[in-house]
Amino acid sequence: MNIDRKQFFKVLAAGTVATSGVSTLFARERKLLPKNAVGILYDATLCIGCKSCEVECKKVNGMSGVFDTKLEQSHNVSGIWDGGNDLDSKTLNKIKMYRNGTSSTKDKETNGYAFIKRACMHCIDPNCVSACPVTALTKDPITGIVQYDKGACIGCRYCQVACPFNIPKFEFDKALPEIVKCEMCKHQLDKGGIPGCCDVCPTGASLFGPVEKLMKEARRRIKAQPGTKYRYPVSSLESGETQTHTVQKYISYIYGEKETGGTQYLILSAVPYEKLGLLKLPEKSAASTSEKIQHTAYKGMIAPVVLLGGLLYAAHRSTKQDSTE
Amino acid sequence: MSNYKPIGGKLLTKPFIVMMALAGIAGILLLQRFLFGLGAVTNLSDGYPWGLWIVYDVLTGTTIACGGYAMALLVYVLNKGKYHPLVRAALMTSMFGYTLAGISIFIDVGRYWQIYNILLPKYVNLNSIMFEVAFCVTTYILVLWMEFTPVFLEKWATPKAKAKMEKIIFIFIAFGVLLPTMHQSSLGTLMVIAGDKLAALWQTGWLPITFLLSALVIGFGMVIFESYYSSVAFKRPLETHLLSKMSKFIGGVLVLYIIFRYGDLIWRGALKDAFAGDVNGWMFIIETILFIIPLIILFKEKLRNNAQYLFWAGVSMVLAGAILRFNTYLVGFSPGPGWHYFPSVSEILITLGIISAEIMAYLVFVKKLPVLPVIEHN
Ligand code: SF4
Ligand code: SF4
Ligand code: SF4
Repeated sequence: MNIDRKQFFKVLAAGTVATSGVSTLFARERKLLPKNAVGILYDATLCIGCKSCEVECKKVNGMSGVFDTKLEQSHNVSGIWDGGNDLDSKTLNKIKMYRNGTSSTKDKETNGYAFIKRACMHCIDPNCVSACPVTALTKDPITGIVQYDKGACIGCRYCQVACPFNIPKFEFDKALPEIVKCEMCKHQLDKGGIPGCCDVCPTGASLFGPVEKLMKEARRRIKAQPGTKYRYPVSSLESGETQTHTVQKYISYIYGEKETGGTQYLILSAVPYEKLGLLKLPEKSAASTSEKIQHTAYKGMIAPVVLLGGLLYAAHRSTKQDSTE
Repeated sequence: MSNYKPIGGKLLTKPFIVMMALAGIAGILLLQRFLFGLGAVTNLSDGYPWGLWIVYDVLTGTTIACGGYAMALLVYVLNKGKYHPLVRAALMTSMFGYTLAGISIFIDVGRYWQIYNILLPKYVNLNSIMFEVAFCVTTYILVLWMEFTPVFLEKWATPKAKAKMEKIIFIFIAFGVLLPTMHQSSLGTLMVIAGDKLAALWQTGWLPITFLLSALVIGFGMVIFESYYSSVAFKRPLETHLLSKMSKFIGGVLVLYIIFRYGDLIWRGALKDAFAGDVNGWMFIIETILFIIPLIILFKEKLRNNAQYLFWAGVSMVLAGAILRFNTYLVGFSPGPGWHYFPSVSEILITLGIISAEIMAYLVFVKKLPVLPVIEHN
């Protein structure tokens, strides 16, 4: 009896430890970029802050303005583009501005200014997709676009907790709310088009294309001699349209190349990224750590089943004792 | 087999009526929530998508409800039958705690009308910690009600039905230990994916272990607290001798917790953040003190055998675990500058209403059903 119990405890202890996930020290493998991944290269040095992309984003996604009051809507005319202070449930992209000192020179850190466009980064290893309990957020296996299915979503908002860029937004003001995020205009892509924001960008600051080619383009720009002329593609890599601008002194790093496992929305800038509100993030996604913990604990469901077996035995023995007592 | 019986007594006491009023107010506010959305009653935002309801009603609530888990582990699995008199009361609190947590989730979730999606195979996401938690908690609520059926059967059914149920009850007991082990640890894992948004004092891969151990700590704390409460409120003799013996086991769990929690902090070099003098630092210190108090009491035999000290050890354990949860999910969580969260009055009132409902249900059950052990001579 006693020996029995000791053995049983060993099993129980092993099961418990494994069940609660001891191997927390490593993250699982990095995820790879889907083969035909598409993305956006945003070059802050080209952006003139016109916010055409904000307007078009609202238009192609059929979204109302944030300050769309009754007054604005009178006579059947209404505001179409007014964005919020930041990304919100009515604003999928947002141009923001960095200012310092006299703000006299563009793309200068001191006494200068710069623009930055924020939207979903379409992570290669998205936390939001890993987090969603009902697979409402998915990463398209071909294009890599991170998309949302409201038919599945239960509104738990775990994706909001999980996203390192605070991208998914929730309609707190609605009785029947949805999660809202940029889906890289996949409805436009389906029709053979390109994302609204890139389509209308007058300077090529928002550029659409296959991620691998965008990455090459970005590297080329970083390598180009500052002050020289460069032919920048406009709208999309394949549009054939270009504009010639002077190359600025780029930070020699592409934001999005490594952050949280890499992203399909890439950013170039002449002002340090932290100044533009872009966080320093680890190279592995938090999802890779949390999935590793989970899958170690529940590998083949062995640990839970072993634990359950032990528990069944123990509880059976102890209740039997109860009734014979 | 221990004997239980209803304690009887008047139901509509003054406190009971106050609680009914609180529950009523919560009901009205809930109507507002469902008609006008979460924003109408809460201070939740895109930066702080989870607030009081998740952290108190769901996280802390289910953990406080771990009395049933802790006792089932002790009594049935470790075969310490002598604690049996405490089992039913503990089990019942678990049942209410989890049921109300389930209801709170329904209230909190934005798209509640399709909440059943979480159980549909076509939507399963095995990578999602939230899926595991949701699945386990749902199953556990069912298991708890099954574990409790002998109480109903004792009251309403034939002895034969009861005997039949008791034959298979061990299955539910086993699941009743497995499921909380799984989801109480996962409630910790849940925050791993928040990455750097959670301060280093709390963000660690060991979250599942510390959450599991602290759930047991809270669970036992609750058992102590409840047994004192019912002895004072219903004028029953104290179960000190049982409690103080049990406390050795609890002490062991506490020590394990401390080793994991603080060992990890030292290992990662995060402990220095405790002395930063900011809100995080202070809240961490408060959390730590609350874990140390019961440790001291439980390891000093003189203190442990003193009813009053033991009571405060129990309270401190519950608070410690609760603060750990508030710290991990709210205080230490920062989505970035510019975001703030403090629960709105309506949010707090709804939580109070839910707590009231839970206490009312507790009172109805102990007064009308055989839950508390028959008082033996002394
Ligand atoms: S930025 Fe956020 S919402 Fe977008 S894919 Fe990455 S994790 Fe998901
Ligand atoms: S809110 Fe919706 S999309 Fe986000 S994690 Fe929850 S179920 Fe998934
Ligand atoms: S890709 Fe489409 S949805 Fe996303 S920011 Fe650009 S216009 Fe808006």
